[in-house]
Order: sequence, then structure tokens, then C-alpha cells
Amino acid sequence: MSGQMTQVNRLDGGQIDRGSSLKFKFDGKSFTGHAGDTLASALLANGVRLMGRSFKYHRPRGPLSAGSEEPNAIVTLRDGARAEPNTRATTAELFEGLTARSQNCWPSVKFDVMAVNDAASDFLAAGFYYKTFMWPASFWEKVYEPIIRRAAGLGALSMQEDPDQYDKGFRHCDLLIIGAGPSGLMAALTAGRAGKDVILADEDFALGGRLLSENMAVGGKAALDWTTQTVAELSSMPNVRLMTRTTVMGAFDHGIYGAVERVSDHLFEPAAGKPRQILWRIYAGKTMLCAGAIERPIAFENNDRPGIMLASAMRSYVNRWAVTPAQRVAIFTSCDDGHRTAADLHAKGVKIAAVIDTRSETPMSMDYEVLAGAQVINTKGRLGLAFVEVQQADGSMRTLECGALGVSGGWNPNVHLTCHQRGRPAWNAELSAFVPGGTLPPGMSVAGAASGDLSTYGALHSGAKGAADAFGIKAADVPTAADTPAKQSAFWYVEGCKRAWLDQQNDVTVKDVKLAHQEGFKSVEHLKRYTTLGMATDQGKTSNMGGLAIMAEIAGKGIPDVGTTIFRPPYTPVSIGALAGRMRGMEFHPTRLTPSHFWAKERGAVFVEVGNWLRAQWFPIEGETHWRQSVDREVKATRASVGVCDCTTLGKIDVQGADAATFLNKLYCNPFAKLAVGKVRYGLMLREDGIAMDDGTAGRLAEDHFVVTTTTAKAGPVYQHMEFVRQCLMPDADVQLISTTEAWAQYAVAGPNSRKLLQKIVDPEFDISNEAFEFMACANITVCGGLRARLFRISFSGEMAFEIAVPSRYGDALMRKLMEEGEEFDVVPYGTEALGVMRIEKGHAAGNELNGTTTANNLGMGRMVSKKKDSIGTVLSERAGLNEEDALKLVGVKPLAREDKITAGGHLMAADGPVDAAHDQGYVTSAAYSPEVGSMIGLAFIKSGDARMGEKMRLVSPVTDSEVEVEVTSAHFVDPEGGRQRA
Amino acid sequence: MIINHPLLGPRDSAEFVYMGDARLIERPDPESDTVAEQFHDYAYLRDNPAGTLRELWFHEGGDRSWLVVTRDTRTHEISKVELARDVARSKGRSK
Repeated sequence: MSGQMTQVNRLDGGQIDRGSSLKFKFDGKSFTGHAGDTLASALLANGVRLMGRSFKYHRPRGPLSAGSEEPNAIVTLRDGARAEPNTRATTAELFEGLTARSQNCWPSVKFDVMAVNDAASDFLAAGFYYKTFMWPASFWEKVYEPIIRRAAGLGALSMQEDPDQYDKGFRHCDLLIIGAGPSGLMAALTAGRAGKDVILADEDFALGGRLLSENMAVGGKAALDWTTQTVAELSSMPNVRLMTRTTVMGAFDHGIYGAVERVSDHLFEPAAGKPRQILWRIYAGKTMLCAGAIERPIAFENNDRPGIMLASAMRSYVNRWAVTPAQRVAIFTSCDDGHRTAADLHAKGVKIAAVIDTRSETPMSMDYEVLAGAQVINTKGRLGLAFVEVQQADGSMRTLECGALGVSGGWNPNVHLTCHQRGRPAWNAELSAFVPGGTLPPGMSVAGAASGDLSTYGALHSGAKGAADAFGIKAADVPTAADTPAKQSAFWYVEGCKRAWLDQQNDVTVKDVKLAHQEGFKSVEHLKRYTTLGMATDQGKTSNMGGLAIMAEIAGKGIPDVGTTIFRPPYTPVSIGALAGRMRGMEFHPTRLTPSHFWAKERGAVFVEVGNWLRAQWFPIEGETHWRQSVDREVKATRASVGVCDCTTLGKIDVQGADAATFLNKLYCNPFAKLAVGKVRYGLMLREDGIAMDDGTAGRLAEDHFVVTTTTAKAGPVYQHMEFVRQCLMPDADVQLISTTEAWAQYAVAGPNSRKLLQKIVDPEFDISNEAFEFMACANITVCGGLRARLFRISFSGEMAFEIAVPSRYGDALMRKLMEEGEEFDVVPYGTEALGVMRIEKGHAAGNELNGTTTANNLGMGRMVSKKKDSIGTVLSERAGLNEEDALKLVGVKPLAREDKITAGGHLMAADGPVDAAHDQGYVTSAAYSPEVGSMIGLAFIKSGDARMGEKMRLVSPVTDSEVEVEVTSAHFVDPEGGRQRA
Repeated sequence: MIINHPLLGPRDSAEFVYMGDARLIERPDPESDTVAEQFHDYAYLRDNPAGTLRELWFHEGGDRSWLVVTRDTRTHEISKVELARDVARSKGRSK
């Protein structure tokens, strides 16, 4: 079977390229359309009205609109990894090879099992979920929610990685014009001719807005010709940027707008190197909202059958796409606009069954029947409209046969973006509609139908005037056009209807709104949440007003007294890909590599993410199958001879100036003013509340020059804090700061042979013997025959150790040199795991101990806090609450049985008695296997820990269901006297 | 939001880090008789008005200036931007 159907509903004319024939598939069936079609127009041309099923009742649905306000014709576009659920068929451009599937239906859109919900609708009214799935609570997650999700959901994700790229970009302009209809085009002409930088953005792929859909004259010629000519002039202006397929989705603070440009959505797949979409951040001096208006439907019984659509959408399909939704069409209207649709369709040769006008006085026609004072009270047809039942002015009933019904209840100005800064629209009684009001986003003005000016001339004129007023420039001459003032009266729903749909995507009926009110949900915000009116992907663009009107009527109030819900960005749904841009996978944040990263990679290092950095975690050698083997070996080799660790990632901050010492004395809780030149001191920084912030060392290279180190994790926050103290607390101090973390590659060389190894590369004029360069010394030196370097004799491992820094570009070479020269000492490189083991063995605090809850007192450094000076945090560190007698103290723990595990995060309890929070004695912060001790060891905070040495306790971890006996020890498992590091 | 940096002109707020109430500049005198109370208030009490607030912003993605930005928390309207250093000096801070 060829599956190919002819385009039975295609008319003459239109803005499609009949020379092209595009093949596409919908629900597995093949069709053809033309370039310029949307998926919806091409399906309608092929006689397909049924495009999906509704959310709750699984009612058959076809397109209601011809634009982005579409609630019904929601499909999954494309296959495989590029499948995109919840795409509006009314805006999806047709391309060769397009595939689409209807959603919310199983096994097929024509026979949907879940349509049984429709028969059971008496039980599924507003608030059904809230009332039914309440008990027992445990059922919600496991039973109810999965069922509801499967039964009532929109399209499903492909669950595959999106193969396309998304980008972000920034643009600036004097004037951003949102919408390229008559008002937007005139605004762009006015500002463009005056030389202003203009961005004209429209969500459509063609510029012109309603002018593309109307059979009317502008400037004495066809509207389309005037549009083409105007767009050509704008294209020729270098200062005007035309952005099609671009939805301005939000108005943010200070004239910043978010816009999504669909660069490649209209293609089978993006061209090489091109993104699928770009999220633009537009900085606009002024903005004009020229977003037009959205036609509002009328609610009546069974008003949701495929074939029933907005009358203006019908006009778009007929005039722009040369498609009629059916061969015989009726119109149901409460204003003159519906009659225009009838006239346009008739002119194209479509049979008009009748125009049903709710008003008793209506325009009459010689060409077709007009039923004045009549209403549609029901419709029939299984998978699409077949008949409408009309109650005529005299009360008599009449059945009209038609395949489509155009509905017009007047127009609502598209005020959405005027409200993104919490501005509230104002009620315009003449239009029975909300118009922009209150405070608009700064710099924004509104023109055309969006401002309530519903005539074509009004739109052209207000667009030109708006741009002229914004800049005090001359308005472009306004072409002649129809200026009939729009007359529309409120007609929201047909009396007596029940299953009359307001929100077609979320299946909210007139009856649901009435029920909500009856049950006490009287505020518009409550109504919205209880019934889900306006909460679908279309955000109620065609339904909110109807719901409000019914609420107002029941409450006996005016619509403006009921109020509206708040409009929030985005205007239409934005894909997560566009929001993420390039921040995916490893590009989620920048990855920082140390200068010797590639050397470590060659050595087969296993890396770990530390903040943005990648650090070598350990260096496995041949034969090692478990990380512990590598780590134990690295620890033993370092303690036995010498090891080298890359510590470039530690924050390095250069502090210079006459007041540098005074400045550091304010920052660190321990004294720094008298640190001698050529010496390093350990320093502890407190937060102002007395809690420890970070620790590190500061070396004094000259009277007015210090080098401060921070932990890897806190390098940024500590730098920010130092700038705060410098600028905000000591504004006149002569101090300059600069981060030099990336400027220096730094390596710890540790172990009893560390000096011997360094002596091989340090230039001979520098004496680094213990006498000349004792523990905690620092100096500017040269290595390898003149390369400048900094040498610090500091130790994190507890061994004799040095840290040597060279300019970053020499880091890789230095590491290779150290390995080469160290061969005779069996030097090993060691990673962060061995580093961690050795610092735990030595009892040095790190991030686990400086965890944002601990004080100097807890850390056993209480006496370091100088009482002779004021520094950040000293006052509050003396608070009674932080210094109670049984305050936590940092100690060591080791298991009584060698094989027992010490669990970091486990809590310590007395040797006997209850195990509960009330009897908690402290917790383990760090744990490691210690090759030196021969068992696991841990660092722990224990109440009065320093007075409990040797006490047997229980270490319990309910999380890992473990309980082991441990002994409290000194935190210094290795060389407690510190002899090694001073050797 | 756009912050009009006194030295660099208008910059996107994404370049900045926010630290709230600019009262943090007014660190109490550590020699005061009521030092504990004053530091308690300094460390823990912040104004959180629906209206005008003077607040600290750090230009981390720029020149690393601390700024005092006067902003209406309801509308995000920024009425004044100063260098925090100048504000600190005007409060009598020096070294």
C-alpha cells in the first residue's frame, strides 16, 4: 500500500511553495505537503482533523488554532534520540522526511483504550485526584501516582541523549520589537529609518503577523505585498536585525529579555556546526510589545470535536496555507469577526453551511445563510465534527451538517509579557477584555492589538507612534488600511451547557469551574489549581478568560473584581536543552587541569574531581588490582624514602603592601604581625561568628610580601573574604591582593630523602640543609640552573617535607625532573588518597574537620586564638555556648579488633548504655587504613575528647548497620613529637 | 539585572556575587564595653525590608570590587551604586 493520500482540502493561492513536494509521516501514514506548510496545515490539507487525545478524558482532538496558543494538536516530533514530545503541530514547520506521532493514545489515536475515562467523566470532575487518591498515604508514591502518570500524561521523553547542540548568546539593541505584525513592522520602520539599533523578533518563520492571514488592503495594495515590500526595506537596513523563529519568552529585570531562536527545528537535522536552538539574552534600551491578540473561543456542549476551531485560525489556514479544514463549514460567532471568516472561505469556494450569530442584529450576506440570535447547543461526530445542533432565535432547533465549525468570541490583547514584572492588566469594558495596565516592565510600551487597538490602521499607526515617542523621532508615514473600530461583546458560553470545554488541553469544563466555586474555591488562584484550568503547556491562552468570566458570573461580580492569575515566563515552553546550552556533561562547569596533568595521565593516574579541578587520586602500577594496594604502597614509600604530590590546586594568594602584616593579623585568629621574613606560619581563619572558616599557611618572602595558601575548596570564598576585609573594613590599608593559584605549579616533596632529592635540583648557591633552612622556613630560590622557584619547608604528611613552586609552564618539566632525579631514592608520585591517609595519621585537620560547625576550641587550637589582638571572629569565638566544658574535641579513634572498620560519619557512644541521640558522644569525621598503625584509624570530635584518652567506646553507624568497639587516642598516630618533620 | 559599576559602567549581575545587607561594613568596635552584644547583632541580625535595601555585591567576574548597591527589593530598581571602599571611609573606617 502506498499510503499516500491526496491533499483533498487544498485550495488555490496561499503562501506555500507548490513547486515543492514534501513527504512526511503522521502516525505511520505517509502524506505530502509543501514548503511553507506547518504540520497542522499539511494534515488538514490531507483531510486529517484528528491529531491527538486530551489529557484526562482522552477525547479526540484536532487543532483549535493556527499558532503557538494551540492547546490540542500536540504531537511528538521526530524519532529516536531527536524525538521531541509536546510539540504544537500548528507551529511545527513541515520538512522533507518529518515524522510525528500523536500522544495520549494507546493503541492508536482512533481507538484509545483510555477513552473509557470519558464515559466515566461523572467521577473524574474537578478535584478528582485530590478527593480520591488520598488514603492510605503510602499508596500515593507506589500505586496512585504511577497509574495516574501513565494514564494522564503528555508525550514521553526518548530517554536518549540529545545529539544536538544548543547555544547561548547575548545581543544589545536600542529597541527590541516583539512581534512583526502591522504594528511591529511600522515600529521597526520608524526606528530603523532613524538609525536606531533595532531587533525585530517574531516566533513565526515569516514576518507579517496577521497580515499573512488576512485578505485585505494596506497602502492601496494587497496586505501581503505591503508586508513583503516593508520586510525588504527592513532587511536592507544594517541597523535592523530581523529574527524569525524567535520567541521572546520572558521580560526580566532592567530591560533584559530572554528569547529562544529555533535555528534548526525546521530542518530534518541541524546543518553541520549549527545549533538546534539558541537562547538569547537581549539587553534592550526600549521595548515595544507588538504581540497582537488571541481570539477567544465560545464554550458550548461538545465544543472540542476535531474540526471545531477558532474562526481566525480558519482564515489563516484558508488565506495563508490554502487549506480548508472541511468542504462544508459553519461559523459560530458573537462579533463581526466571524463574518469575515465566512466571507473569506466563501470567496475561496468553500461551502458555508451557515453563520450562527448570537446577536439579534448581525451583518447579513447574499451568499450564505446567517442565523441571527442563534446558538450552537451541541455537536455530533465520533472522531470529528459531523453535525452542529443550533437553537434558533425563535427557539426552534436545527441540525446543520458540516465538517468544521469556526468559533469567534472576540479577541484578547496578548498582554502576557506586560505582566512579567508583576504588572496587572486593566479591564477594558468596551472590548470586554484585559488590556495592558499597571506598571509595565521598565522601558516597555505596547502597540497594536496587544494594546487593545484592534483595527489594522490602529495597529499600523500605534506602532509608528510608539517608536517615534520612545526616541523623540519622526514616525514613518502610516499606510491606508481598514480602521473600523472593533466592536466585541462578551459571550463566554452557551447557557445550560455542561461538558463544554474551556481548557481543552487539561480537560476543564464549564461544569468543573462551577463545581469548584460550589466547593469553596472562589479565588481565581484556587480555581486554577483545583481545576488545573490554564495550567497546561499552553498556559490557558485560549481558556483563562472564559474561566474568569464564569467565576465572575457565579460570584455576582465583574470580571475585573475577580482578577486574573499572574502571567509568568516563559511565554511558550522552552526546551531544557536551550536553557542548558553547552553546559552538558563535562562542560557543565569548567575543568581545571594542573600543569603536570598530562604527565599524571601518562603515569596512569586515576583522577578525582575536586571542585573544578581534576586531581590524581592514586597512581596504580602493574599488578595492582585494588586502590588500597596503590595507596598503601604510596604511603609506605613516602614515609620510607620520598614521595611527590601535586598540590597546585591549593589556593595561593599574593599579599603585598606596607600593611600586609597588619592585614593578615586581622584575618588570622593567631598572631602574624611579628612573623620573620623567610618564615612560614600555620594560620587559622575564623568566620565572624567564631566558627573556623579555613586554614593554610602564610609565608613571608619580604617585609611587605606574603604568600597565603588556602584549601583547594575554599580558594574562591577565602579570596572574596580577604577582599571584603581589605575594601570594606580596612579601606585605607596599603595592601594589594592577587590570586596566583594558576601562576605557580606547586609540589610537595615528602619523606626522609626529600632533602637529598631536592638538593639535586636546587642551585648550589642555596643551602637547604636543616641548619640553613629549618622547619617552617621559606625562600625565593632557583632550581635547575636558574629557574626561579619558591621553596617552603612545610609538612602535611608529618615527614620531613618541602613544597616547591615554579612558574606554571615549568610544572610538567619539574615533575618529570623530580621523578628522574628521584630514581635512586625509589621516589613515588602520590595522589590525594595517600595525602589523606598521611594527614589523618598525622592528625591534621582538613575539610572534614573544618566543616562549618567547628571552632578553634573543637579543633584543639583554642589556645592559638590570640587574646592580644582583634581579628575576625575572635569576639564571638569566646561565647559561652562555644566553650562549654564538654565541648567536642578533636581526637583519634582506632578499633580494638584490628580488622574492624572505622566508618566516617559514625557516632560514638559510651561503652555501655543506650545507643540514641540523647547519649551521643561525638562523631568520626575522617577515616582511613593506616599502614603505619596496621588497622583503620579515624579522626573524631568527642565531648571532652582530650580528657578521655584510652577510653573504650562504641562506634555505631545505623546507616551501614555497624557497631564496633574503639579506643580513644591522640589524633597524632604518627610521630606525635614532630621529630621527623624537623629532621 | 544590570549593575552600573562606578568604574566599569553597566555590568550584568551574573558577574557578581551577592552578600546582602551592607551593614556588614559597620563592624563594631572590638574595644567597646558591650562588645558581645554588638558582635552578636552584627553577625546575626540583618534587615530584610520590602523596599529599599543597601546591599553588598562582589564583582567576582570582573575587577573584584565590593560595591554597595541600593536596590528596591520589590521592583529590583537600583537607585545607587557606590564603591564599598568609599562607603567604608565615609563610615570612618580606615586601617
